[in-house]
Amino acid sequence: MSQDKEPRRRFLRQVLAIVPAASTLGGATAVAVSQPAIADSSEPGKPRAYTPTYFNAAEWAFINAAVDHLIPSDQYGAGALETGVPEFIDRQMETPYGAGKLWYMQGPFHPDSVPELGYQLSLVPRDIYRQGIAACNDWCVKNLGKVFAELDRAKQLDVLKQMEGGKIHFETVPAKTFFNFMLGNTKEGYFADPMYGGNQKMGGWKMVGFPGARADYLDWVDQYNVKYPYGPVSILGEKG
Amino acid sequence: MAIKKDKVDVVMVGLGWTGAIMGMELTEAGLNVLALERGDMRDTNTDTPYPKAVDELKYSVRGALFQDLSRETVTIRYGVADVAVPYRQHGSFLLGDGVGGAGFHWNGMMYRNLPEELEMRSHHEQKYGKKFIPEDMTIQDHGVTYKELEPFYDFSEKVMAVSGKAGNLNGKIVAGGNPLEGARSDEFPTKPLTYQYSASLVEKAMRDVGYHPYPAPAANASEPYTNPYGVRIGPCNYCGFCENYGCYMYSKASPQTTILPVLLKRKNFEVRTKAQVIKVNLDASGKRATGVTYIDAQGREVEQPADLVLLTAFQTHNVRLLLLSGIGKPYDPVTGEGVVGKNFAYQYNGGINVVMPKGTQFNPFIGTGAGGVGMDDLNADQFDHGPLGFIGGASIRHVRYGGRPIKQAGTMPGEKVPNWGSEWKGSVQDAYQRTLTIGISGSVMAYRDCYLSLDPTYKDANGQPLLRMTLNWKENEGKMLTHIGNEMEKVGQAMNPEKVVKAIRKTGSSWDTRVYQSTHLTGGAIMGTTPKNSVVNKYLQSWDVPNVFVYGASAFPQNMGYNPTGLVTALAYHSAKAIREQYLKNPGPLVQA
Repeated sequence: MSQDKEPRRRFLRQVLAIVPAASTLGGATAVAVSQPAIADSSEPGKPRAYTPTYFNAAEWAFINAAVDHLIPSDQYGAGALETGVPEFIDRQMETPYGAGKLWYMQGPFHPDSVPELGYQLSLVPRDIYRQGIAACNDWCVKNLGKVFAELDRAKQLDVLKQMEGGKIHFETVPAKTFFNFMLGNTKEGYFADPMYGGNQKMGGWKMVGFPGARADYLDWVDQYNVKYPYGPVSILGEKG
Repeated sequence: MAIKKDKVDVVMVGLGWTGAIMGMELTEAGLNVLALERGDMRDTNTDTPYPKAVDELKYSVRGALFQDLSRETVTIRYGVADVAVPYRQHGSFLLGDGVGGAGFHWNGMMYRNLPEELEMRSHHEQKYGKKFIPEDMTIQDHGVTYKELEPFYDFSEKVMAVSGKAGNLNGKIVAGGNPLEGARSDEFPTKPLTYQYSASLVEKAMRDVGYHPYPAPAANASEPYTNPYGVRIGPCNYCGFCENYGCYMYSKASPQTTILPVLLKRKNFEVRTKAQVIKVNLDASGKRATGVTYIDAQGREVEQPADLVLLTAFQTHNVRLLLLSGIGKPYDPVTGEGVVGKNFAYQYNGGINVVMPKGTQFNPFIGTGAGGVGMDDLNADQFDHGPLGFIGGASIRHVRYGGRPIKQAGTMPGEKVPNWGSEWKGSVQDAYQRTLTIGISGSVMAYRDCYLSLDPTYKDANGQPLLRMTLNWKENEGKMLTHIGNEMEKVGQAMNPEKVVKAIRKTGSSWDTRVYQSTHLTGGAIMGTTPKNSVVNKYLQSWDVPNVFVYGASAFPQNMGYNPTGLVTALAYHSAKAIREQYLKNPGPLVQA
């Protein structure tokens, strides 16, 4: 006799009633669990309005300018700006991740150990952004006459490449480390579920062809070399 | 002053796979059993229901189910003379936390050893001569044979509703399964999972090259099944969110989906969560454990007396607790004396990336944790090692885990593509539908200078020393992977691809702890035939303190080319039988030293 029958049945009532609908109706009712937490009032091609919580105005300008290079809007699909990646990054700064609470952060620190032994700085993401943006803007003013966000696009691109290659040196945070955090978070924001603020209208998922939270493919596993026909759905029930 | 609780028959440290198994077996024997779990209670319906469960950022990237490293981690160094630095972020391996442990968020790869792997030293000495094993390679026999463990492998598979196809039933080779496996007494409980398109191509190519592909055994049930405990398990729906996640379909075997629904209801079982065991207490003789001391949710020190102490935590934690408790002599890599911490090993992996022609539609988001196509032709000693000059091999498989885009949408293999910008986007889009990887999961032998010890500098949140790993790659493993990578390149080529790109480590490179490799850490409390060469006997009983048993992959004297859970659970059931039938009647050493 099944000891797990009741929870399983309950589960089936709750879930299986919904999932096949997502498979057959192309997500029309999709994963109708609750409404998106944030009302969508954006125009096509633009992210919804957002006021940053962690970043100040200068930092916000920097983030917006930088992520536009990291994932531009182009023939392959939506870019970081129109999918709300800056909002994602700002919101992440207020999480345990942003505060470095997910990591072992006791000293002593050996930042000069080989890279293969992993992250060994005492800085948490919030500090890396704050100090990295300030240092980069200082460097840009000193060498190019303007803060990063005010440079022309070609110069911005060049600065980012130099940071990535470790060719610019900042006192407070290694330029390469700052760049890698920003790039990593930008990709997260582009591809994470839209409930975190980025990937708005599931633009990142559409770019690659990922169906998002559908997560139900029993009737598709043996359909070989056939294009999957349904667009993505999000955890909160948005359809794309 | 510490709070003192009433004595129990059995106290277990950790409630993952081995804790759940031992809890079942020993409550069934009439004992009252207490599990102390340092993490939270976890269950599928409360913690990972659909659609909350399918959140890549939360689970795979931020690691919601992993150990909280801010409280406790390990330190790592490459050599005995180096200073170890903390493993500050999850990377190379993903430690578990909470009820179910890593068994809640594993893939479900559920293998048996090849028989020769359990008799590693004697098999190789016999076949290739004593000199074939290098002097600093400290491999040894497990002290238990495949034949002895077979009934327990079989039972574990039934508990977990493992999907697969037998290839060797009682010595008779049967079509459709793995002809190289050790003899099985029974068929798999559920039929193989369906191959995705990419797996069907790999299967054909392996066969065309002359290998023996088989459906990889997966603790992802392929059909409804009721396990021996009466728990109903549902079929996998190929959702693509398995490893790093709880299974919202109740298909991937975890303690929660197979054992705990029964165990948690037993009156003679109790679990206390947020209970971090800091020490096994010994009596004045040092030869008998009196129980354990733990720190409770409020930070209070609690003494828990017990007749039997079972270390059922993850490999690293078991070894650390032995060291913190002074059970057994710590290993010294210079003199080679002592045993606790000895023979720490890991796995050495690589892959073959295959790019199929444009227009190919793999639908990579259709995935399972463990289902796919595997082969054992290049594993363990299934091929002549004599002219090759190395020991070990790899299980090889193509499993499509899902196409989760943050971590699983890469650029075109073998091309120098920028990490960002339009070119990056175009390459990711192009690669997403038409690339596949054949994974090579390589064994790692044990070495004199690879071991575990307590770190002299870094402490956990309770002020206790962290465990320190000393490990780096050796030439033997480099030769193994190079050889197998070259062989497997031929399989990739047989698929008529646009190109094949090998992802094989350069021999001589160091362990990159930032990149996920496997959570298959082994050794440190190894099993063996005498107290001189091991921490525990074949029943996982401590030689030094016979009322302490140590479970999990800490018992492996070296690491195999397979995932460890099959052997971990078989050893637990094997031990449980010995405790129930022998130890309880006559508490004392089960093997005379």
